[in-house]
Amino acid sequence: MKRNRKERREYMVNGKNLTFKERVVRDFHRNWMLYLMMLPIIVYYLIFKFGPMFGLSIAFMDYKPAKGFTGSSWAGLKHFKNFFTNYYFGRLLKNTVRISVFSLLTFPAPLILALLINELKGKMFAKWVQTITYIPHFISTVVICGIIVKLTSSTGGITMILHSLFGIPQETLLNHKEYFIPIYILSDLWQTVGWNSIIYLAAISGIDQELYDAARVDGAGRLAQVIYITIPCLLPTIIIQLILKMGKIFDVGYEKIMLLYNPGIYDTADVINTYVYRKGLIDAQYSYSAAVGLFNSLVCFILVTVTNKLTKKISGTGLW
Amino acid sequence: MKEQRTSVVRHKKKESPGSRIFDVCNVIFMCSLMLVILIPLIHVVSASFSNPAAYVRHEGLMLHPVEFSLEAYKAVAKNKNILTGYANTIFIVVVGTSLSVFMTIVAAYCLSRRNVMWNNFLMMAIVFSMYFSGGMIPFYLVVKAVGLNNSIWALIIPPAVSTYNLIIMRTAMASVPESMEESAKLDGANHWTILWSIMVPLVKPTIAVICLFYAVTQWNSWFNAMLFIRDKSGYPLQLVLREILLQNDTTSMSAGADDYLISETIQYATIVVATLPILTIYPFVQKYFVKGIMIGAVKG
Repeated sequence: MKRNRKERREYMVNGKNLTFKERVVRDFHRNWMLYLMMLPIIVYYLIFKFGPMFGLSIAFMDYKPAKGFTGSSWAGLKHFKNFFTNYYFGRLLKNTVRISVFSLLTFPAPLILALLINELKGKMFAKWVQTITYIPHFISTVVICGIIVKLTSSTGGITMILHSLFGIPQETLLNHKEYFIPIYILSDLWQTVGWNSIIYLAAISGIDQELYDAARVDGAGRLAQVIYITIPCLLPTIIIQLILKMGKIFDVGYEKIMLLYNPGIYDTADVINTYVYRKGLIDAQYSYSAAVGLFNSLVCFILVTVTNKLTKKISGTGLW
Repeated sequence: MKEQRTSVVRHKKKESPGSRIFDVCNVIFMCSLMLVILIPLIHVVSASFSNPAAYVRHEGLMLHPVEFSLEAYKAVAKNKNILTGYANTIFIVVVGTSLSVFMTIVAAYCLSRRNVMWNNFLMMAIVFSMYFSGGMIPFYLVVKAVGLNNSIWALIIPPAVSTYNLIIMRTAMASVPESMEESAKLDGANHWTILWSIMVPLVKPTIAVICLFYAVTQWNSWFNAMLFIRDKSGYPLQLVLREILLQNDTTSMSAGADDYLISETIQYATIVVATLPILTIYPFVQKYFVKGIMIGAVKG
């Protein structure tokens, strides 16, 4: 914490020997207006961000809306046991992990695209590439899914192309469980690859040009420059992107899945979050689905923390 | 990556053959990438302008309209739901973004002040909420308990502040040198005045960026509306689109024997109508988005 000289002196003279209570009073006296301004935001966070966290306690109850939060009885770990022994538990876990791992595999794509755009000679051409590859990012999830459904229907364009190339049957692809993950991953790549490359392009433009000049003098070719200068300089950015992506691993884009899947392909498409939605909000099993959700949140949280720790150890870069 | 490997440069000369081959391959790759991105979009637009019967006869992707026709658009124009959806979404985007930006600015200002005893603690709590959340069900129950169920405010207030945007804003404000506010402080200005007359003008570019982030999130969001909105008249555009595109509900637009034929092109026309406004604004605001991404990246 930085203090200017006057405040530091005041702190030294008055602050050191104050008790905690006196310091609170003095702080409030000095900053009451800031706290007043912050009050709505604090209330907002308490209700809408921390409220649900405390609401998670219904995972340990038999919550009945009629009886209310205080009137419902405690149930211990019953719902967790039910979930872990559930027939669908294995399938949900497998699907969630599988979809996440496959989308993690696309992680290098934006980086490669950025490197390739950076190597383009014509700057005008590069601008065009960027503008066009960003477009899908501005189309809403609902519309993207609408387009996917149209193009992969039995008469859709993609189905036709695949039919003539590989001879797959002319049927609605989303009714086949084996096609769900490729459709999900590839459409995601289509939508995000350009946009996600921005961050790398920005980082590349921040690299000191003198490094390249020096390397050229030493006789480094273009590939050598990429390997020994660009990529090492991008490493912190890459790592932060990776941690953020790890955090989302269990939070797979369930909104998109919900728009695309149907009961016929639950075998490969149903993930924990979509299951939470169906159990909780359609079947109204609030406590059970809250328990499943808590499991999901915990795994997410642990994954981010562990990745952060690991990358910090390996490379010295981390989120916190 | 293969092309790159072939371009291992034999130094000395500025342009080795390998390097030139790589350049050519790179341009070819970029062109095909642009085609892959554009063709589905061209198909959507072409289909929407096609004669419904001709569209159904057509197989595969369309690169230009077949038997140009505006029938689908006429049907879309008759649809009341799209109109109310648009009105609701515009209301949500305008009011929601204003509220979000206002709250974010005030919170970021307070949290970026030095010498405030509880700021560190508050910041830690706020960041924690970014990595651990209560999840869907408790969130749903909380919003219901607050009494926002089936109200358009359920789409505005609960998602009002995004912690990510708050952190971006706070970083921007914390980097403003203290000397800027010093003179105002000496004149006896209070925090509220300093915030609006000194701080806000200084961080305008960041404000523009988070404005866009909030607006786009609101424009695209449909899940909360599905959870909380019961009346069709309260549906935002994306939820109306979901019914038309993904639940194949085009009955409100087509009447008569040609239902089946026209419903396909209606869906395409709906996509165009719902996406065109954003895509026309997009080239003009693109640079702000890019800037925003960069601010986020620096912060990490």
